[in-house]
Formats: sequence, structure tokens, C-alpha cells
Amino acid sequence: MKINDSLPLEYRTEENSNKIFGFWLFLGAEIVLFSTLFAVYFTLWNRTGNGPTGKEIFEVGGVIWETLLLLTSSFTCGLGIHAMRLNLKKPMMVFFGITLLMGLGFLGIEITEFVNYVHEGATLQTSAFLSSLFVLLGTHGLHVTMGILWGAAILLQVNRQGFTDETANKSFIFSLYWHFLDVVWIFIFSFVYLKGLM
Amino acid sequence: MKWDEFFVTGEPMIYAADVSIILVSLAIVIGLTYFKKWGYLWREWLTTVDHKRIGIMYIISALIMLFRGGVDALLMRTQLAVPDNKILDAQHYNEIFTTHGLIMILFMAMPFVIGMMNVVIPLQIGARDVAFPRLNAVSFWMFFFGAMLLNLSFVIGGSPDAGWSAYFPLASLEFSPTVGNNYYSLALQISGIGTLMTGVNFIVTILKMRAPGMKLMRMPMFTWSVLITNVIILFAFPVLTVALALMMFDRIFGSQFFTMANGGMDMLWANLFWVWGHPEVYIVILPAFGIFSDVISTFSKKNLYGYKSMVVSMVAISVLSFLVWAHHFYTMGQGAMVNGFFSITTMAIAVPTGVKIFNWLFTLQKGKISFTSPMLYAMGFIPIFTIGGVTGVMLAMASADYQYHNTMFLVAHFHYVLIPGTVFGVLAGMHYWFPKMFGFRLNERLAKWAFWLIIIGFNVAFMPLFFLGLNGMTRRMYTYSASTGFGPLNMIATIGAFVLAIGFVVLCYNFFHSFRHSPRNEGGDPWDARTLEWSTPSPVPVYNFAKLPNVKSQDAFWHAKKHNVPLYEEGPYEEIHMPSNSGQPFILGVIMFILGFSLVFSWFIPAIIAGVGVIIMLAVRSFERDHGYHISAKEIAATEQKLRGDTV
Repeated sequence: MKINDSLPLEYRTEENSNKIFGFWLFLGAEIVLFSTLFAVYFTLWNRTGNGPTGKEIFEVGGVIWETLLLLTSSFTCGLGIHAMRLNLKKPMMVFFGITLLMGLGFLGIEITEFVNYVHEGATLQTSAFLSSLFVLLGTHGLHVTMGILWGAAILLQVNRQGFTDETANKSFIFSLYWHFLDVVWIFIFSFVYLKGLM
Repeated sequence: MKWDEFFVTGEPMIYAADVSIILVSLAIVIGLTYFKKWGYLWREWLTTVDHKRIGIMYIISALIMLFRGGVDALLMRTQLAVPDNKILDAQHYNEIFTTHGLIMILFMAMPFVIGMMNVVIPLQIGARDVAFPRLNAVSFWMFFFGAMLLNLSFVIGGSPDAGWSAYFPLASLEFSPTVGNNYYSLALQISGIGTLMTGVNFIVTILKMRAPGMKLMRMPMFTWSVLITNVIILFAFPVLTVALALMMFDRIFGSQFFTMANGGMDMLWANLFWVWGHPEVYIVILPAFGIFSDVISTFSKKNLYGYKSMVVSMVAISVLSFLVWAHHFYTMGQGAMVNGFFSITTMAIAVPTGVKIFNWLFTLQKGKISFTSPMLYAMGFIPIFTIGGVTGVMLAMASADYQYHNTMFLVAHFHYVLIPGTVFGVLAGMHYWFPKMFGFRLNERLAKWAFWLIIIGFNVAFMPLFFLGLNGMTRRMYTYSASTGFGPLNMIATIGAFVLAIGFVVLCYNFFHSFRHSPRNEGGDPWDARTLEWSTPSPVPVYNFAKLPNVKSQDAFWHAKKHNVPLYEEGPYEEIHMPSNSGQPFILGVIMFILGFSLVFSWFIPAIIAGVGVIIMLAVRSFERDHGYHISAKEIAATEQKLRGDTV
């Protein structure tokens, strides 16, 4: 196997650098996926039928906390990768652990928010606006859920095997994914919540 | 749900299908047991990650689906042969034209094209496999079980019946209450995800794994076409994923995306569907263009004329393919400005396509042409496809389209594009690369018989539809009265369809005939061809290239033959790292099938269990520590000696 020592650990084998490139392409597809969901939301956002509008149901408090948690988790995820490049196993694991916990916190708030909506009579079935809201937020939330499971699996592997070509590669790719979810959230925050509250 | 709703009942033809499915399944099980082939099937095929074998499995599946879609077509043509025919009722006819379209586009054309990519691309760029062999197997099994799920709808629960474009509100729960369109959303979703992963896989393969010296502008044209196709896949398929998910939510979970009340918007579906659906047309046709380019250049013994303009045209087509979707519904009331814009973009596609047609003609000019079976398909393609293209420009004019919209003229147009384009393309490719896959050629005499039956049958079947359309016969009507005067032309079309079918029977018979009688040992290069895949022995060893070739020009193998320069460096072999086989992709496919089937019938408990199963499979893969295996230099030397009869 050819190993290029001038590169960071996660890029060194050809297979691993292919994986990183492939994952960037996958993120390209994810951008199209979320763009489509946003397009659907923008088409339907004021078609509320007999249901409530966004202004009537959105709660600022929860959304601000969600945003803070997810943005900070993206920062700690970056710190984790920085620690990995310095070959510091324990700090890396601590930073990744914090990242996943914040992800869980985000998810908890989002689920509470969904439950509140349903209690106020705003369900997936109520109106086209709410269908598109639930599916857009839900798709992002599902991505966060999968990310938490995936990140936990990687943490276990780093713990057992230390930093190898493979675990470093997986951790780096996970960080790309996590930052991407953060970017999507920024769009949700701006164009769903802020715009909806105005 | 009662049993008589679960199983489709009441039609003798359905019972016949039930019996034949059970008999064929029994025959396969008994045959595998009797000949003790279960282990072989599992070890060599179901668990393989070898791109060549995955490609062959794609092609076999596509041929089976061609049979299924073809039977649908013959049933439709039989029903329309004479006025007031009663062979099929309206519901059955609806189901058949829906599944014909779905199967031919998504489960025949796509997998056939992807199968060709799988077999050829790594060989053509001098690579030992695709970038992610395991992911490739996952793609295949997702496609396969998606296709099986859709085919099951025929006997269990009822087929989708709202057209292959499944327009809302017709496809909504309100107007299509059977589970047919649930099958549509889930079967397409499962295989669509597989296709998306193929897209990622092949872009990385082509951009990162080319042999030393093969610059982008030295790639064979088929490789170029596949690269561009996969970029389209990457950007078009997520739109389908979303559209199908919303359809599933509407039909199974009661959301309001495309409904008539509570703010839903049915036109949103039409837009999302065609934002994916139009690029999809180019996904199945660009690789065929690539195949024709390679075939025409090989059998004219000339370089491809206008290589750069070919590449530029394909890039232009891929960009324009995303800007034309509204031409599928000019008559649905979006106003003159919008129709005008989409009219112009649609007509603009004719320009790069025309460039390609002229490039092929100039490649033929003064060439030393040999009329082999792949070449016949390529030569047949040019004039027929031009008819399809010209009628396409007629349809592109929004104001004129009000006259042809949803008539048989449209049906004739897209068959004139897709059959010579995609079907002739993959058939040319199949005949051309057959010796690379199996080590022997198909019998040329039978292949030519099949070609002439297919091309004559095709024209007899579809030319009358242009005139029927102009006379006002709309598509998707299950019968018509004698006073319309549509009878005679329909009868001619039906006769043509049967001639076309006989052509396919001859083509399939050729597999058995050639398997028994074709000469072996024709070497790795039976056509005196130009590109790298022909420099390997046939059939190709599992590692493809014992040493990686050194590419110094376009058509590197031709260059090496003509100038008598070595393609491979001298020196001893080195050991080769290979990925190990795995049963996980197959098992994942089975679980996805169970998940899809449970959701079709809204059985949520089994669906949740299967969903957990998917997550477990992902975890198993993540924790797996499998670093593949190595083939030793000694073993390679022995294999090469055996296959080539000498040491390189």
C-alpha cells in the first residue's frame, strides 16, 4: 500500500483519500436533497389551509437553544479533529463526546417542539405548510440522529484501536457530515424560523 | 385487509401469472439443489464485489425486465389492434401501461446502462476495480430488490395505475385507493438510492483511478459519457428521493403536499417529478452515445471525429437537461413566458445533439467500415434517432404542442428516441463487449437476423403512431370505436410490435446457440479494437490488469499496436490487493425489501423491525475489520501465463 507521509493521517492511503472525495460528492447530493425540501417549503409556506401559520406556533426560546447547541457542537467537532491531527487521543474523544451530547440536546429540544406542535393541533396532516415544515425539520433531525449513532460507533473504534488510517479517516468524514448539518440548520434558522416570525 | 384484497384476483391472466411465478421459482430451487449449485451461487455471485460480475448481474436483470416490460407492450398492442377490443379492461390496461413505462425506464434501461458501465469502465481506464467495490454491490442489490418489489405488485395488492409519471391528484389516496402507488413510491425509492450510490462511486472511480498517463482528454468517449451521466445522476436523483418521500407521506401518513384541500398543490409533484425525470432521459441516453462513439470508431478503423466537440456537446446537454423540465406540461397553464423559456431551452438541446450526429457521420466518412452486429446497431441508430430528434423539436414548440400533447405522436416520438438511442446502444454494447465478459463472441449470423427483425419491426410498430397521433388518437386510451378510423394503422403497429418481439427472441436464442457453438480462444482482442479493455485477456482475470498500463495517447491500445510500443512496463509482477467478498450487501437488500413491503401495506411493526435491521447492518459494516486479501506475484504470473500463453 502506498503511503504519503506528507499528508494528514486520514488522507494517506489512496483508498482513504478516495473515500473523502466520495463523501464530498455525497454531500453534493445532500445539498440537492435539502435544496429540494427548501423549495417545497417555500412553495407551501403560506398555504396553511385551516391550520395555524408559522407565526402562531414557532417558539423563539427553543430555537435559540437548538441553534446554540448545534453551532457549538460544530466548533467542538472541529476541535476534536484538531486534537486528532496533534495525535491527542483523549482530548479528541472528549471533544467528540461533547459534540454528540450537544447533538442529543438539540434532538431533545426538537422532539419537545414537535410534541408541542402536535398538542396545539398542528400535525403533519393539518395543512400543506405543516407537512412541509415537519418533513424539512424531520429530515434534518433524522440526519442528526444518524450522525449521533455513527459518531458513537466511531468513538468506540477510536477508543479500542487508537488513531489508525481507518479511524482517522472515519472521524474526519464524520466531521464533514456534522459541519454540513450545521450549515443546513443555519438555513433552517434563517429561512424557516426568522422569516416565519417576521 | 382481507385475503382477496391482498392477492390480486378475478383475472385469468393473473392466475396464469401466479402459476408461472410459482413454477419458475420451484424450478430454480429444484435446479439449484439438484445440481448442487447453492454454494456456487452464493460464493461466486450473490456475495461478489467484482465489478465485472456485478455488471453481468445488472445486464441479466435488465434482460429479464426487458421481457416483463415487453410482454406488457405486447398486451397493450394486442388490446389496441382492433376497435372495441375486450381483452383487457380499463383498469388492467392502466396498470399495464404504468408498469411498462416504469419497468422499461427504471428497471431495464437504467440497469442495462449501469451494467455496461460496471463491466467496461474500470477496464477502459486501466483500473483494478471501482473506487468502492462493496458499495457497488450494495447499489446492485438495492436496485434488484427494488425491482422485485415493483414486480410483486402485479400479483399482490395490485400494480400502480396512474401512469409512470404518477401525476397528482390522480395518484393520491383519494383517487387511487389501492396499494399500487405505494409500491411505486417505495420500489423506486429503494432502487433510486442504489443508483445515487452508483453515481458517487463512478465519479470517484473515473476522476481518481485512471491509469498513469490517461489525462481527461485521453479518456475513451464511453468513459466521458459515463462520467457526465453520473454527474447528472448525482444532482437529479436526490430530487426523486424527495418527491417519492413526499408521495409516501401523502399516501401512507396522511400529509397534504399534493392534495386538493388544506393548501396542497398537485402541480408541485409534476414539477418535482420532471426536474428529475428529464435529466433521467439523458442518464439513459448519454452512455449509449458513448457506446456508439466507441463502436463507430472501432469499426471504421478511424479516430473519433471531433473528440473535443463530443465532450463539449455532452457537457452542454447535461447542463441543459436541468433547464427543460416544464416542456412536459406546456398545457397545464403556466403562462406564455414560462412556456417560451422552456421552448427555447428545449430546442437548444438539438444543437449539441446535432453536433454529435455530424461527428459520427464524419467518423464514418472514408472509414474502413466493417458491418459487424454492434456496428449495424450504431448505423441503424443514426437515421432513426434523427427522426426522433426532429419530432422532438416539433414537440418543443409550445404553441404547436397544444396540438400533439398527450397523443400517440408523443408516444411515437419518445420511442423513436429511446429505442434507437438507449436500446440499440446497450445492444450494440452487449454484442461488442460480450467476448470481454464471457470469452466468446455471439454468432454474427443470428445477431444480424435479430437486428433486421428488430429494426424493421420497430419502424412498422411506431411509424403509424405518428399519424395516429396527428389524427387525434390520444395516448393511454384502452380502446376506441371503429368510427374513429384508427383501426388499420393500429393493426399495422401491432404486427410491427410482434416482429420486434420475434427479433428479441432470436437475440436471446443467440445466447444459447453461441454458448454451445461459438469458437473459444479468439484472444483478448477479437474486433481489432482501440481502447485499453481489449488489451486484457478474455475473460478478464479477477484483478483486471497484472500491471497497470502506461497511457501515452488517446486510444492507447491502438497506438501501442500500430507503433509497436509496449503498453505495460517490463519487470516482475507485484502482489495485488483485492477486496473480499461479502454477504452484507445482499442481506441489506433483503431487509430493504421487507421494509418496503411492510410500508406498502402500512404494517408499521414489521417496518420498524426492518428499519432497526438496516441500522444494525450499517453498524456491522462500521465495526467490521476486513482488509481484503492479496494475490501473490507468483499466482499472477501463473494466471497470466495460462491466459496469454506467454509472459508479458
